[in-house]
Amino acid sequence: MAKSITVDDLDIYYGDFLAVQGVSMTVKARSVTAFIGPSGCGKSTFLRSLNRMHEVIPGARVEGKVMVDGQSLYDSAVDPVAVRRQIGMVFQRPNPFPTMSIYENVLAGNRLNAKKMKKSEADDIVERSLKGANLWNEVKDRLGKPGMGLSGGQQQRLCIARAIAVEPQVLLMDEPCSALDPISTSAIEDLIHELKSDYTIVIVTHNMQQAARVSDETGFFNLKAAGQPGHLVEFNSTQKMFANPDNEATEAYISGRFG
Amino acid sequence: MATTVVAEDAGRAKPRLGDRVFSRLALVAGIAILAALAAVFIFLAIEGVPGLAKPAEFYGSASTFWGYVAPLLFGTVLAAVIALIVAVPLAWGIALVVSHYAPKRIATPIAYLIDLLAAVPSVVFGLWGISVLALQLRPAYAWLDDHMGWLPFFAGPASGTGRTILTAGLVLAIMILPIITAISREVFAQTPRLHEEAALALGATRWEMIRMAVFPYARSGMVSAVMLGLGRALGETMAVAMVLSAGGGISFNLISSSNPASIASNIASNYKEGTPGKIQVLIATGLVLFLVTFLVNFAARWVVQRSERRLAR
Repeated sequence: MAKSITVDDLDIYYGDFLAVQGVSMTVKARSVTAFIGPSGCGKSTFLRSLNRMHEVIPGARVEGKVMVDGQSLYDSAVDPVAVRRQIGMVFQRPNPFPTMSIYENVLAGNRLNAKKMKKSEADDIVERSLKGANLWNEVKDRLGKPGMGLSGGQQQRLCIARAIAVEPQVLLMDEPCSALDPISTSAIEDLIHELKSDYTIVIVTHNMQQAARVSDETGFFNLKAAGQPGHLVEFNSTQKMFANPDNEATEAYISGRFG
Repeated sequence: MATTVVAEDAGRAKPRLGDRVFSRLALVAGIAILAALAAVFIFLAIEGVPGLAKPAEFYGSASTFWGYVAPLLFGTVLAAVIALIVAVPLAWGIALVVSHYAPKRIATPIAYLIDLLAAVPSVVFGLWGISVLALQLRPAYAWLDDHMGWLPFFAGPASGTGRTILTAGLVLAIMILPIITAISREVFAQTPRLHEEAALALGATRWEMIRMAVFPYARSGMVSAVMLGLGRALGETMAVAMVLSAGGGISFNLISSSNPASIASNIASNYKEGTPGKIQVLIATGLVLFLVTFLVNFAARWVVQRSERRLAR
């Protein structure tokens, strides 16, 4: 199920504006890869290019290669909709569908795949996904209630449950804890640890401690200068990044001397 | 401003002058609407109630007020329903194209064009309805009569002038299209990006995203848009008065010339030569139209609110 991602010399443009330049890396299957860096350095843009979500913005395009287990993501024969069904995404702010119940929220992705599900099958998916997102015990008695009635941390775990309900190959997380309190954050981090055994996880975070806690490998993004495109400064194992990075800029950022 | 802050006021912040002025202005504006509505209602009630029970000769062939107003009410509602059936899907479609499908450089001119339609006076629509649309539709009506005559709507005989309730409904549809489109477009465009992305990230196609994220969010606005369109269709006077050649009698036959006028167009056509007694009858029909519009609006609000309460628990 989990797959690796190979990125080769990827440039990302919004119209004529080059937002991210020359990124190459390999994201290992069944591991957690974190991206850190100052605001506006393109790490979210890069993350969104991994499931073609950046294309939602008119004029966005990429040059270069993204391969998921040897299959090119940007091949002209590949449908972006199909890509997004394989590569799930969790956003910065929890975004359950406001008009749907908890139960329907979890199944939203499965319903899209349009096949008729038996009730028992649907119940199984809901239970498995909510258990997978560590939310089952809190909501099992109120599955019919609206997802918006949950707390922020619960909503975010509901969004994770919704993302894993379709059994994606990769799970992308764009600052999933930045709108949450420390306890909810800790719950999500524990969850990331557990999900790692089944999924390839890529997470963008502003919180360097979080990157250090949850990830196996870390990429540091930065701008070359104001107005210049973002680029990948260093990509290494998290241990090495936080103890003894190869690049001076990485060390300066991690030790808090800038950014 | 005098600075007379006494001790007991010390704990409470004194509202600023600007805030107070604005709050008063807003209050006055709000009350003015209610007052205007009440004034209209009182006028209609005072002037119209005597029209409810006149001697039989005032009601023409109908002989009672309800017998007189029923065909008119039927004509009003029928024309408005035809207009809605045609205009609503079209308006929502255009609104979606503008807000979600078309690239900006195409969407903006389309939006402008639709808004321009709203600026065309209804007399002009009426003229166009008589001299162009009605004539063009005659062969279509004849065809409908020949081939679909087994449906009660197209039972015929097809009108020779083309000035039928269906023509009137189509003209109305064009007239209410801009308002429904404009409001729907606004609410569609306000769908939070977060919800749209939630759907897209699950692998929704654009249409699936619209169904999952845009429609649920926009539902109450969509109903408001339809209500405003319906209000205009129910009350539209000139275009209907000009286009429709009224026959009287309640009939679902859309292509013959036997259809009743609408309340508003009936008032417009008969007001000038009315005697005071006849005018009271006309105002009474206006009262009926007012109440019906009110009820329809209330009913729609109630439906929307009920569905929203169910979700907000």
